[in-house]
Amino acid sequence: MLKQEYTITVYTENQIGLLNRIAIIFSRRKINIESLNTSPSEVDSVHRFTIVINETEDVVRKLCRQIEKQVEVLKAYYNTQEEIVWQELALYKVPTDIIAEEVKVERLLREHGAKAVVIRKDYTVFEVAGHREETDNLIKVLEPYGLIEFVRSARVAIIKDSDGFHEKLKEFEYREPGEGAIENEFLNENEKVFSM
Amino acid sequence: METLAMTKKQTKTDTKTVTSVSGSVAVLEAFLAEGVETIFGYPGGAIMPIYDALYDYNDRLQHILVRHEQGAIHAAQGYARASGKVGVVFATSGPGATNLVTGLADAMIDSTPVVCITGQVFAHLLGTDAFQETDVINITTPVTKWNYQVTDATEIPSVLAKAFYIAGSGRPGPVVIDITKNAQLQKFDYTGYEKCEHIRSYRPKPIVRKEYVEEAARLINAAERPFVIFGQGVILGKAEKEFKQFIEKAGTPAAWTIMGMSAIPTDHPLAMGMLGMHGNYGPNVLTNECDVLIAVGMRFDDRVTGRLDKYAKQAKVVHLDIDPAEIDKNVKSTVPVWGDCKETLPMLTELIEQKVYPQWLQRFKDHQQKEEDKVIKDELNPAGDVLTMGEVIKELNELTKGDAIIVTDVGQHQMVACRYAKFNQSKSNITSGGLGTMGYALPAAIGASYGDPSRTTIAIIGDGGFQMTLQELGTIMQFKPDVKIIILNNNFLGMVRQWQQLFHEKRYSFVDIQSPDFVQVAKGFGIPGKSISERKDLKGALKELLGSKRSFLLEVMVGKENNVFPMVPQGRGVAEIVLCKEEV
Repeated sequence: MLKQEYTITVYTENQIGLLNRIAIIFSRRKINIESLNTSPSEVDSVHRFTIVINETEDVVRKLCRQIEKQVEVLKAYYNTQEEIVWQELALYKVPTDIIAEEVKVERLLREHGAKAVVIRKDYTVFEVAGHREETDNLIKVLEPYGLIEFVRSARVAIIKDSDGFHEKLKEFEYREPGEGAIENEFLNENEKVFSM
Repeated sequence: METLAMTKKQTKTDTKTVTSVSGSVAVLEAFLAEGVETIFGYPGGAIMPIYDALYDYNDRLQHILVRHEQGAIHAAQGYARASGKVGVVFATSGPGATNLVTGLADAMIDSTPVVCITGQVFAHLLGTDAFQETDVINITTPVTKWNYQVTDATEIPSVLAKAFYIAGSGRPGPVVIDITKNAQLQKFDYTGYEKCEHIRSYRPKPIVRKEYVEEAARLINAAERPFVIFGQGVILGKAEKEFKQFIEKAGTPAAWTIMGMSAIPTDHPLAMGMLGMHGNYGPNVLTNECDVLIAVGMRFDDRVTGRLDKYAKQAKVVHLDIDPAEIDKNVKSTVPVWGDCKETLPMLTELIEQKVYPQWLQRFKDHQQKEEDKVIKDELNPAGDVLTMGEVIKELNELTKGDAIIVTDVGQHQMVACRYAKFNQSKSNITSGGLGTMGYALPAAIGASYGDPSRTTIAIIGDGGFQMTLQELGTIMQFKPDVKIIILNNNFLGMVRQWQQLFHEKRYSFVDIQSPDFVQVAKGFGIPGKSISERKDLKGALKELLGSKRSFLLEVMVGKENNVFPMVPQGRGVAEIVLCKEEV
């Protein structure tokens, strides 16, 4: 199986120390986390982790099971790039005098969909939201014009097929959870189960 | 930040009477409510308020003062394994807590339910490098099922309820609750203790899917050479009866992992012995000849499977396990049967046909005979003058009749004891399986003797492992648990020596360990003892050990360079198991 980029989405309780518990599942297996974001989710009181790694599906599936095994984790999903809508935000700081003088720069920024966040006499900060290639491209473009600082955020991702977590959470609240709570790839791929 | 379930609970108890108690008292009240009888611990600065409260609970809670915190947690593990209940530990902050780490790792990998309460510095000192401050939560995160730091006493009842629930339910494991000193001292309005039965983000038992049970039954019914392998899941699930009914109806031969041993009597007609690196010949070889492999409550450890790409490739695999993360972790299953085997086994038994496989069983017997001729005969009835570890176990079997709890340490003596010991009831074999912790046996045996006082507890330990935790003789001296100690002394770190002999051209690098006069050492602790090296003394000495009204230490000098066989050398398949060193 080939390694590829997977985005892991984890719904959790908001608990101190849980980030470490999840992070060490990767570091113990010497797997690098390419990007990690924690944020609130669509459900009040439920936290959402978005983790990007490069691995084979077999490894990612096992990782998700180890993550789900943690007491405060409600659910972990993994998806390929095609199965998600995702964005990363990048900020670029460039000298204002060059921007002002060189008309070309302004055109380049427009082409890359950059917006000015701060304009000062000495420098200007632009932001671009997009995929990795898009934000990377603008670095190359701005370098000749004296790019002072660059930073990119972790990935945030929405799963295309997901109906959100509101309904699922109800299952977890019950003492006898329904099938939603125990869903796994065996259940999702019922016919395939016995051909492995 | 607590979960919804907990908040709900606290509001439900409004009608109860409110009393003002300290966090420390709340801890002890929680213990009483959870049915704790025995605590293994060691006091220190940051846990003094709890020990102060304990002074008034002495009549209801028995506290065993160990000699090192590692001893406390191993004792709690032994207690848990012998009793089937949650073991409980007290330790102070800093070094007290770090001394627990080996035991936590051991309990984690062997799924032993333990709740450890550690003291912590005052909350306002956290992160200031205060005296005896360590980051206990982060140190213990990889080796605990759950951990939590309490800085406010009002959390104590609900957090302890969660701790006991998490430690003991589902696949059990260790839990650490780190309580800052201010929380131990803090008075708060206590409304009573309520047990935890549900945490929304935690599912101890997956729901059993009937279609998989049905598919598993179809595979088993169609099998010509089915083979059951089982682990501690049967014991932890308290499903010994259900398991026995299952194999008896299915008529399948069954072999145990080291952790599953004693779940069925060792002399059961379908019991084929132990799996793994030093397991029995038949179960290992025939793993690669069965057509359906039924794994119950076991996790396909590398010491069981040998090389994975040569493991049971011909077989369809049915895997029953309570932990979804174990399914397909090491061995791909054809049919995964998620769930508590206490529930899944009866469902499966219901669906399978009553069968017998005389020819298939004969294969196991043939292999057994081969092992008997090439290994067992010489080990149990040696021709030479020097005693073997095996004959000590054989004599012991005759005297205990399989009734005793046997606690082993780690190394050659452990493998020999597990290969030859007879058991007639569950929870009899207590050993460090996954982590291989030398020094486990003595403290674990102390714990086991409290866990099930109705049975004889025998600790079988090597000369190396005994020296790792022999300070716990002090615990025996003071509290007088009845632990029978047998040291099988070969004057070597035998298992490492065996590997150096077989795989490192006999370059014996630091395995030549010297021992003190163990009998004198025991005497110093007020424990009678004896050392023997001749066969004629063996039976009498074992009788004296078992007949002793209290603890007794028996040192048996055994062959210096004896090896444990059969053996699946590392990196080879189970079918490549060898019977003697010439075959390695």
